[in-house]
Amino acid sequence: MGTQRVVIVGASHASAQLCVSLRRDGWDGEILLIGDEPSLPYHRPPLSKTFLAGTTTIEDLHIRKPEFYEKEQVAFRHARVTRISREARTVTLDDGEELGYDKLVLCLGARPRPLSIPGMELAGVHYLRDAADITAIRDSLAGASRAVIVGAGYIGLEAAASLRKLGVEVTVLEVAERVLQRVTAPAVSAFYDRVHREEGVDLRLGVGVLALEGEDQVTSVRLTDDDHIAADLVIVGVGVLPNVELAQDAGLAVDNGIVVDAHGRTDDPDIFAAGDCANHYDARYDRRLRLECVSNAVEHAKSVAGAICGKDKPISALPWFWSDQYDLKLQIAGLSTGYDTVVLRGDPAAGRAFACFYFADGRLVAADCVNNAKEFMFSKRAIAEGLSPDRSMLADPGTPLASLLQASTSPTG
Amino acid sequence: MGTITFVEHDGTSHDVDLVDGESLMELATSNGVPGIDGDCGGEAACGTCHVIVDDAWIATTGTRSDEETQMIEMSPECAPNSRLSCQLKARSELDGLRVHLPEFQM
Repeated sequence: MGTQRVVIVGASHASAQLCVSLRRDGWDGEILLIGDEPSLPYHRPPLSKTFLAGTTTIEDLHIRKPEFYEKEQVAFRHARVTRISREARTVTLDDGEELGYDKLVLCLGARPRPLSIPGMELAGVHYLRDAADITAIRDSLAGASRAVIVGAGYIGLEAAASLRKLGVEVTVLEVAERVLQRVTAPAVSAFYDRVHREEGVDLRLGVGVLALEGEDQVTSVRLTDDDHIAADLVIVGVGVLPNVELAQDAGLAVDNGIVVDAHGRTDDPDIFAAGDCANHYDARYDRRLRLECVSNAVEHAKSVAGAICGKDKPISALPWFWSDQYDLKLQIAGLSTGYDTVVLRGDPAAGRAFACFYFADGRLVAADCVNNAKEFMFSKRAIAEGLSPDRSMLADPGTPLASLLQASTSPTG
Repeated sequence: MGTITFVEHDGTSHDVDLVDGESLMELATSNGVPGIDGDCGGEAACGTCHVIVDDAWIATTGTRSDEETQMIEMSPECAPNSRLSCQLKARSELDGLRVHLPEFQM
């Protein structure tokens, strides 16, 4: 084994992929993975979905089995890193120990955006980000019958669906005028609004939370319109903040995430960042992006591993996302920010399957596909290839998608 | 115990130990087989674990489900024996199975 050492801070999707990609790209030195949760990296997306409603353990969610890390000679350490010393090239752990690095990768993730209202400390009030949160929510669920969810983003809506599946009464509160406002077109918001109401969710839009009330245990939620809602479980999902403090304290550039180049490198050539905490320059969308999704974490990790091993693999993959709610499988390809036109294929006002395509300057840039995996895979390919499929043909469900891949005009040829 | 062989597009083959009940995607990622990412963890949501089952084995593995077809058929490398390896559970009858990887996952 080589004598150099890569230290990875954060046990996450990005770091699991880093371990694979570093070995694959020829790194023969040490790999030390430091995580502040007791578990090896695990799949987070199922936490708000099957994991919340089910009985599986965190081991079932491991991204790679423990044997993988043994075989690839990756050491795992359960500790929190409190400081980076760039001069000494060391990280300091919470027990005071200092560990040297030759290359350092920050996979620090993000944390729930805090809600600053009275009563957040009451029992039965939770954020939803990691395995410990879910364990706590599962404990609170015993005997709970009325849940209030603050925030109608993906986390809030997935939690609502999981809790309805368990027979819990659910109220969802959203300060905006529609669900998923930040991320989808109005037609997609209207679809999810309808389905959640059909599934028995009491959805209240344009209303904020003033306080959570109760003695030790939360019993009610006071709203900005002065209404009260009885609740024995409250889940807060109002977005996340990137974990940048460690990098910031070390003097690295931070601007909505740790600033990295197209290879995941910070302004220190020996320090990299990957995943939710990293803000990279993206050539396809010609701007800086900080994304919160598995595909982005995996892509960052591959680029960083390449850069560490002297292989040029700039960040280039198309981001994609997914969300499971009830019998709905939503798959999202690309980023819709900046779209000027929407094309619907299928009717979101009826039934439970359709696709919404987002165009900017005639070019397909993103798609939200509900129970339409084929439309999703079509979009992944068409967006990656920079195609401009004919919009009226795309809107007709009778048009075979494969024909649109051939007939599409691409700006380059 | 048994063996499953993953053959990369360039012909490089990887023999991995068969673990009863685990999906082929899990076996591949646990053993670091290049070309199978399995980003979604086995939800048939991402399509990054596409494999093509050797002709001799398709009768034993069975053909793909409608759900898999939806995910795979937009790939330019989709073949009649294409499967999502997260949906293929390893079992003792599959000892000796060979699957081929496409050049690119979508």
